[in-house]
Order: sequence, then C-alpha cells, then structure tokens
Amino acid sequence: MALLQIAEPGMSAAPHQHRLAVGIDLGTTNSLVATVKNGIAVCLPDEEGRALMPSVVHYRDDGGRDVGRAALGARVADPRNTIVSVKRFMGRGFADVAHIETMPYIFEETPGMLRLRTVQGSKSPVEISAEILRVLRRRAEASLGGELAGAVITVPAYFDDAQRQATKDAARLAGLHVLRLLNEPTAAAVAYGLDNAVEGVYAVYDLGGGTFDLSILKLTRGVFEVLATNGDASLGGDDFDHRLYCWVLDQTRIDPPSVEDTRRLQMKAREIKELLSVSEEAPFRLRLDSGLSLDLTVSRAAFAEMTRPLVQKTLAPIRRALRDAGLAARDIKGVVMVGGATRMPHIQRAVAAFFGQEPLTNLDPDKVVALGAAMQANALVGNRKPGDDDWLLLDVIPLSLGLETMGGLSEKLIPRNATLPVARAQEFTTYKDGQTAMAFHVVQGERELVADCRSLARFELRGIPPMAAGAARIRVTFQVDADGLLSVSAREASTGVEASILVNPSYGLADGEIADMLRAGFERAGDDLAARALREQQVEAGRLLEAVAQALAADGDLLDAGERAAIAAAMARLQGLVDGPGDTRSLADGITALNRATEEFAARRMDHSIRTALAGHKIAEL
Amino acid sequence: MSEISPDYFALFGLPRRFGIDEADLDRAWHALQAEVHPDRHAHLPDSERHRAMRGALRVNEAYATLKRPISRARYLLDLVGIGTDKIDNTAMASGFLIEQMEWREAVEEARAFGDVDALEQLALRLRMHIDEVTTLLAEQFDNRSDREAAADTVRRLMFLDKLRRDIDDGLAALDD
Ligand SMILES: Nc1ncnc2c1ncn2[C@@H]1O[C@H](COP(=O)(O)OP(=O)(O)OP(=O)(O)O)[C@@H](O)[C@H]1O
Ligand SMILES: [Mg+2]
Repeated sequence: MALLQIAEPGMSAAPHQHRLAVGIDLGTTNSLVATVKNGIAVCLPDEEGRALMPSVVHYRDDGGRDVGRAALGARVADPRNTIVSVKRFMGRGFADVAHIETMPYIFEETPGMLRLRTVQGSKSPVEISAEILRVLRRRAEASLGGELAGAVITVPAYFDDAQRQATKDAARLAGLHVLRLLNEPTAAAVAYGLDNAVEGVYAVYDLGGGTFDLSILKLTRGVFEVLATNGDASLGGDDFDHRLYCWVLDQTRIDPPSVEDTRRLQMKAREIKELLSVSEEAPFRLRLDSGLSLDLTVSRAAFAEMTRPLVQKTLAPIRRALRDAGLAARDIKGVVMVGGATRMPHIQRAVAAFFGQEPLTNLDPDKVVALGAAMQANALVGNRKPGDDDWLLLDVIPLSLGLETMGGLSEKLIPRNATLPVARAQEFTTYKDGQTAMAFHVVQGERELVADCRSLARFELRGIPPMAAGAARIRVTFQVDADGLLSVSAREASTGVEASILVNPSYGLADGEIADMLRAGFERAGDDLAARALREQQVEAGRLLEAVAQALAADGDLLDAGERAAIAAAMARLQGLVDGPGDTRSLADGITALNRATEEFAARRMDHSIRTALAGHKIAEL
Repeated sequence: MSEISPDYFALFGLPRRFGIDEADLDRAWHALQAEVHPDRHAHLPDSERHRAMRGALRVNEAYATLKRPISRARYLLDLVGIGTDKIDNTAMASGFLIEQMEWREAVEEARAFGDVDALEQLALRLRMHIDEVTTLLAEQFDNRSDREAAADTVRRLMFLDKLRRDIDDGLAALDD
C-alpha cells in the first residue's frame, strides 16, 4: 500500500528485481503473447517471426497434438479432431452455441459446459484452450529466458462469470499464474490511450473472430474509467463467414456437404471475406471432395448486403451502452477500432455513420489488446519504475447479477456497469424451526425471468445454527472482484457463525476436476507436481519476506517495539524455512503465520495512506 | 477505515450536503482508488491484499451512493434517522399517483407500438422533469433544511426513476 512501497503504490521499490510477466490475448481466431521490454510493450513472435498464433488445436491419432500454425493443415484433413474457435464453447452448454449443426465435432451433451469427443478422448473447452495457452507460455519462457511470474489474460468485456471462470481455469491448467483477467476493450484502451496520451470520452469497438464488445471509457489523467460496456459474446468474423457460406450453398444448390467439404467451404468463405476488404470482387473457386467444382464471383456490395443484419446487430449494443452511460453519440471524442473484422469497409462505414466521425484506425487492430495486457501485467508484478507511466483501471461488471426469488423471478443484486470490485450483502431468514441449510440460485442477465438469464451457480449454505423459524438472520455477501468473478460468503448475524457454502457451478468445472486435469497434465509433461508446488511456495515466501521488509523500512514507525519484534520473529521463522531442506506444508504455514502477524500493520498502513490520499486531494484543489 | 471516515462525505473530503461538485467527487474517488484498488496490491502479501480489497469495496460503495442524486438523498436522510422503511412505506398524494398513471400509460402505448421516437420524447420530457424535482430537492436540503419535505420529494423521485428505467428497458428491447 503506500502500504508496502517506499514511493508510490504499484511501483517496485526494488527496481533491480525485474519480474517476467506477460499479457495474453486468447482470441477466437488468433492468440498472442506480449511483454514489456525496456519500458516498451512488444509482441513475442514464434521462430519464424510471426506474432499471431492461430487458435487451432489438432489432436492426432498417434497421441500427439499440434497447436497453432502446425495444426492448420489438419482443419480439412481431420476436421473432427481439429478444433477451431474453441473460445465460443467456453462456459457454454450445448444448447447455447449457434450454427452447431455445421460444426464437424462430436459433442457430448453433458450437463453444464459442453465437451467434445476427440480421438484422444473427451475434451473440455477449458483443456483445449489450455493447449493454446501452454504453447504461448513456452514461447514466452523461451524468449524471456525464465519462468513467468504471472500473466494477464484478456477476455471479452461481455463474457459472463462462467466464461471468465473457464478462461481462468484454462490458464491455471496451462501452468500460468493469473495476475488478472482483463477486458479486451479496456486492454486496447490502455495501449491506445497511453501511446497517444489522449483524454476524454472514447468508445472501443472490438469485433474479433467470435465476439463483439463495445466499451465507453472516460480517460482522465491516467485513470481509465469504464462508463458502460455492452456487446454480444457470440458475434464475430466467424458469423460473416457463415453468412457467405450459406449464400454459396444457396446459390449453387448443392447437397449438404461432408464435414470435410464444409470446412473447405468455411475456410474459403473466410478467405473471400478478407479479400473483399481490399478488392471490389473476389472469385469463390473451390473443388470439393464430392467432385463438384464451384466457381462464383462475390462482389463487395453483395457481401455487404448479405451481412447487413450482422452489422446492424453491433449497433444495438452501442445504443445500450450509450444510454447506460447517459451519453449521446456526439459526446464520443473518438472511436477506437479493434479486432481483425473491423477491417471490413462496411463495418467502418456503419460505425462512422453512427458516430458521425471517422473511426480511429491508426493502430494495429490485431495486437493492441495483447500489448495493453502486457502493460497491465508489467504493472501488476511491480515492475514500474519511478517516472514510468502510471495508470488506474476502473472497470465494470457487464451483466447484472441476480438471485432467484419466488415465482422464478430474478431479483437484481448487483446492477450491470457497477464499478469493480463491488459487494452487496442481503439478509435472509429461515422459514422452518431448526433449519440448518438454505439454497440460493445466482443468475446473470438483464431479463426479469430467471429462465431468460444465465444460470451461474446454485449455492447451498450449511451449518446455520438451529433456531426457531424466522429467528436466524443470515447475511449473505456477494462479491465481484476486479476480474469480474463472483464469490459468495455467509454468516449468521446473531451468533456470528460462518456458514459453509457448497458451490455448484452451472457451466463450470468442479474444483476437483481442475485438480485432476492438472495432475494428468503434469504427469504427461513429465513434470513433478510436488516439486512445482514446493517451488511455488518458496517463491511466494520470498515475495512476502521482501514485501514485509520494504513495508517496515517505509512505515516501521507505525509500530511499537513489541509489535516490530513479533513481526521480525515471524519473518525469521519463515526465512529459516526458505533456507531449510524445503517442506511445502511448513512453508505454507510459515506464510500464513507471517501474513497474520502483519494484519494489524497492514490496517494501519492502509489508514495512513488513505489519509495521505485525502490530504493530497485537498492540496490539489486549492 | 471506519476510524477515519465516519461517513461517505467525509471519506471523499466533501461537505455533508445534497449539492456536491461531481468533478470533486470523481477526483476524490480516483485518488482513493489509486490507493486501495486491488491492482495496486497484486504483488503484495495476502493480508495487505485483503485489507486493500475491503477498502476498495467501501470506496466504490460510497461513490455509487453519492454519485446518484436519489441514493445520495436517501443516504443524507439515513444519516439523520429518516430510514428507508419510512420512505418506502409512505402513501403518495393522489394527484401525484394520477400523474404517474398518465406517464405509465404513455410509456406502455409507445412500447406496444414499438414507437422509438415517442419513447425518446418521453425520456427527454422525463429527464427535464427529474431535473426540476432534483433542483427542488437541493433547495429543501441545503437552503431550507426541511428534511420532511425532502423525504417526500425523494419518494417522488423514486417513482420517476422507476419510470425512467422502464423507458430505458423499452428502448433497449426495441434496439434489436
Ligand atoms: N482484412 C480483413 N477483412 C475482413 N476480416 C478480417 C480481415 N482480417 C482479419 N479478419 C477477420 O478477423 C477475425 C479475427 O480477428 P481477431 O484476430 O481480432 O479475432 P480474435 O481476437 O481471435 O477473436 P475474439 O476477439 O472475438 O476472440 C477473423 O474472423 C478474420 O477473418
Ligand atoms: Mg480479439
């Protein structure tokens, strides 16, 4: 806090200790990894110098797997086992996915998140995404020459809790320490805003391969405040491909194609779509397995016409976001265009017409998200140096959180666009004598009926002290952290008894599942799980010791001699464990002990820093 | 933090009154979040992170409360013991209720016909009306110190706010 830094918060007091941190843009079509080198954010390329890695995973029948460019060839040769656009399945059930009938995969209709049956067995979208993240982690570690301290992973701003949790699980599975999930348009705003030193109210229009986000941000003196966000988590370039694919089938009246031919047609559609961004017409020529040859010409105008409903579909979220922010289109100072699909001229025209100004295209729409994430990662691990840019992100929750009440209605608990982190407490009572358990259903979405919202989780409270009906007062707190992830805690108000909570995520993985996957992953990689756990605890202990030492140096005068001695003793014990033979359990205990010993110190430092902040604020005003 | 900030106004260094300078509030909010936001403490030990998280939650709750005129007014009333119950459970004058019904009918009709222009007109008129009532509220709080009258005005504003949300929902539904 100013608490732990000698200088400003968020800035490393020991600048020589540069920690390796990356930003990862886990995209529907392309994924990238970036880092800050010598104060400048750069994408880390593969051996051939390419920054973009196609988000494609091929499970081979010999047990091996190819990821990225190496998997592209298998898209047609082995469509069932070659997964593209897996991001569309994250935290989603079978019934949620559009155009599922034209996909070559064998889906398993499991309850909750869907799964794919591959030649290597049943795969969750989380595991498939982890394959992509793992390759990017290795790329970064090879390029930076060491283990990563952490990563910022970007997600569409309009992702709900289940999709965010799935992304975080995938990163954990890939062996990444997740510093933060960061909304893609916010990451873009950071990279763009800091680079161009802009101030004022901006809109970020991000149309990628599979998702659409629209965020409105106010930029003032290094503060990026999201005023409102809206979007469509299943609208992107893929849907434009699909429109063209349907149009071709329609024009040629061919029989329903095989899975291989479907892939060929879809890939061709994407190629033609991209070509039409630079030329007035393009030839759709393709030889199919069925022996048929297609030869059509697609004009830019025809393509614009057939995809107009999709372009329109991006305008509704803009209107909603503006309304939520209490702004009109003319209040927007600039529109930042992000995502490969914003290269389509008719998208640029529609956006220009809506806002009455040309959108800003002086940035690389493919890379800006990863670059912003890298900058945030660099700040989060404490690599900032005096004089470096300093900024603060105030982001929001995209969709309201509600609780199911009588009659299947959703009672809104946390409204959309509330600034994060946010918490709301609600009191409940028991309706039966001696009742010791209680259930809740948490949903996300704007609609009134629970059935029209996304089911997030069912929570069961246990261990309520038995009392007469109506006597227990159970205070349930719903908290959404900066990542946009929900957690729930509960306590009986009159006795102070903490109720235990059983979480049953509707579309997530149970905690045990992740542990199993992690174990299996390490075994396969020949990695030793125990050794890794020990290393992690040692790193954590080292970090804690360093942080406490700095805090004492900065604010030791907030403590009396006895308090200082108690902290010093806990530090010495932990240092002894770090230097000792290495036991994961006792290290963990030592960390907990030191954390506990510094709690009061942290409290005083927090008060102190708030007083200082307030004083500074008044001085600034005078 | 409660030791140093007995109420939300003090937390932001603002005078305890209804009329506030929003730019001051925003500046103070940013300055406090710069201290307590979880991103500023990501690399620090748990005890510090938890402490900061509690601070960030409180600062955001305080900001959300003071930012919107209705919640700010309710909070001011709360501070002098005119609680939520009293505000929520008082009957409204019949003239006001009839006026409300007329608004509602107009909104329902515009929604039923999918008339975006009519809804936007209503939204505009309502915004002007809300501004008037808010000005009256400021007068009652800050110049006349008439809390009973202010409580009555807050009740009216709450009806108007609900109406505003209904219009917004109607417009949102017609967006697609
Ligand atoms: N020149 C172009 N013209 C039209 N579309 C293009 C062009 N270049 C790329 N695209 C499209 O952009 C999409 C990929 O964009 P991008 O890499 O930004 O998406 P992503 O980040 O992987 O996806 P998301 O952000 O939705 O998860 C693809 O649908 C691709 O066909
Ligand atoms: Mg993207």
